[in-house]
Amino acid sequence: MSELQLKDLYDGFRNPEVIQGFAKLIKEEARKLSKPINIMEVCGGHTHSIMKFGLPQLLPKNISFIHGPGCPVCIMPKERIDHAYVLAMQKDTILVTLGDMIKVPGSRGSLQDARANGADVRFVYSPLDTLKIAKQNPEKKVIFFAIGFETTTPMTTALVDIVLKREIKNIYFHINHVTVPEVMVELIDSRDEHVDSYNNRIDAFLGPSHVSVITGSKIYEKFPKEYARPVVVTGFEPVDVMEAILMIVKQFNEGRCELEIEYKRVVSHDGNIKAQALIEKYFEKTSLFKWRGLGNVPKSGYKLQDKYADIDAEKIYADILPKEEIEDHKLCICGDILRGMAKPDECTIFGTACKPSAPLGSCMVSSEGACAAYYKYGNLL
Amino acid sequence: MNKQITLAMGNGGEENNELISKIFYKAFKNDILQKSEDAAVIHGGELAFSTDSFTVSPLFFPGGDIGKLAICGTCNDLAMMGAKPKYLTCSVIIEEGFSTRELEKIVRSMKNELEINGAIVVSGDTKVVPRGSVDKIFINTTGIGEIQKKGISSNKINKDDIILVSRDIGKHGATIFTTREGIELSSELKSDCASLTHQVQALIEAGVNITAMRDATRGGVSAVLNEWAKQSNICIEVNEQSIPVATEVEGVCEILGFEALNLANEGTFVLAIKKEDEQKALDILHTFENSNNAVKIADVTGQYIGKVLLLSSYGTKRFLDTPTGELLPRIC
Repeated sequence: MSELQLKDLYDGFRNPEVIQGFAKLIKEEARKLSKPINIMEVCGGHTHSIMKFGLPQLLPKNISFIHGPGCPVCIMPKERIDHAYVLAMQKDTILVTLGDMIKVPGSRGSLQDARANGADVRFVYSPLDTLKIAKQNPEKKVIFFAIGFETTTPMTTALVDIVLKREIKNIYFHINHVTVPEVMVELIDSRDEHVDSYNNRIDAFLGPSHVSVITGSKIYEKFPKEYARPVVVTGFEPVDVMEAILMIVKQFNEGRCELEIEYKRVVSHDGNIKAQALIEKYFEKTSLFKWRGLGNVPKSGYKLQDKYADIDAEKIYADILPKEEIEDHKLCICGDILRGMAKPDECTIFGTACKPSAPLGSCMVSSEGACAAYYKYGNLL
Repeated sequence: MNKQITLAMGNGGEENNELISKIFYKAFKNDILQKSEDAAVIHGGELAFSTDSFTVSPLFFPGGDIGKLAICGTCNDLAMMGAKPKYLTCSVIIEEGFSTRELEKIVRSMKNELEINGAIVVSGDTKVVPRGSVDKIFINTTGIGEIQKKGISSNKINKDDIILVSRDIGKHGATIFTTREGIELSSELKSDCASLTHQVQALIEAGVNITAMRDATRGGVSAVLNEWAKQSNICIEVNEQSIPVATEVEGVCEILGFEALNLANEGTFVLAIKKEDEQKALDILHTFENSNNAVKIADVTGQYIGKVLLLSSYGTKRFLDTPTGELLPRIC
């Protein structure tokens, strides 16, 4: 028997005949739709796949994607990035974070700029690699700037767990973990009497892949039940996404509104109980977390529980961390774009004041944002 | 442009191009420089002239070391203009405390690679700087080569050309990434680091009608194709499925969220040749070990001028962009 290769795990899910087969089935099924539907893929990983594999080109005109807010570095508000910048610039300090965070600009610049200014900023592939850095630099303070959705949250809590159990004295945490269901609710159910645009055109959701591995599909139960939006949890491969779309279209045609799992090979109803317990043990929800482009979203972020104040960089450095609010650019319409109410090119600063090299709203920050994708692929979409 | 120099400005991609054009081209502006070729063509088209500085961490990596890289890099730039490398200079900046044995090892691999190219070092310089001023050792080589075939240029590729790649792509970038600190991956990967002089000579001797050649170093094949699309005012349509990528490189890309097309190579080149010479060129390349899987990857069209299109096997297309920013792993 030949050895199992990584390729074997995804090859079938990128099979051209299967992709085309699904495209044909979706086209046939979509003919029966009574009105056009907009599907939001919440997760940035899905947006990446959809763009990379060019899936919109395979769909009929009455099915559109709305690219969601699920890119953890894109939604990081400038205030939090400024925190990272200030922490990184402290003497005898190493700021550690995950790769993508390094490029995103705050009001003082990005962590890349901090590094150019002499800061010691390092990226790790796994948060646990922070242990090695701390061990090699016993005289330095190592601050882990934790980012990501439910997928990466348990890795941070695993690091917290080790730091506390082994009584490691030079690792601190700045927590910026955010959660998916709360922002989904914000997009479809927030009401602001003064702003007409707080409406939305989201008809259904593609549920995130790896967030759901941790949380289980149970976190989406309320969307079909309370908000009348079907959710299909799906994988990142093109065949996964295409199958999930077919499942959603079928729900509409059959008058169903349900939570379904396409990504059955790794997602269960209950998820990873052990990981959830670790999060429970060390973290609690913040009352508000600010999202770039969306503003404050209730209960959408995590912080360390008060009893772990000794390792909480936000508390330890409270005196030097900037507190002033930074308004999103007044002309930025990220919120409308995320709610499906506007297309990126309808924004007056699109491509002028707001570009991938100098992004204002979250949708322009990485290639996973709707605006950045429009900017790059505009005439192909 | 950014007020300070960031690592992204040395990535071989967009920010790097901006730095070069806004600072260096602005100051040094002249006709030869502005052709933006791998090597400058001087002396009535007789000579190719090129320079390159080398810094790599780790200094010794699977498949090569900084010494081999320093010779291959400059000789390959000369070869890409159809030249035979002849004379090189060698400048080294060494950090105080560096091991003499390691220096000897590096210089031995330089000597070895010079012999492969049939070139000699005719001038050099050595500086030793205080600890911390450089990362162990930096090497600059500058080379002159005799042009064997005139007129090779990345500014005149047209619809009569097709695009080939000399081997599977991304090996050097993937190798260096897996040996980098912070990425705990073990693999059998080896850099593709190699001199290309002999392949190029064989193609020229056989009379293959070469329009342009470029070794796909920083920025990878993506950067080469994008530069060509802009320099020659053409659209390059790449058949995604035809791009050769080794399984291990693909694995690294899947895990870290990279595209093999953006990864650096040090012994892989992209060729634009006349359509009718496809088989002839491939037959020659296939006789060399490090180009035995050379293949056609793209056609030249006029669909989207200045752009590179990637065509999938199931009928979708997207633009392949010049890589931007620092190469960093994606988190999800």
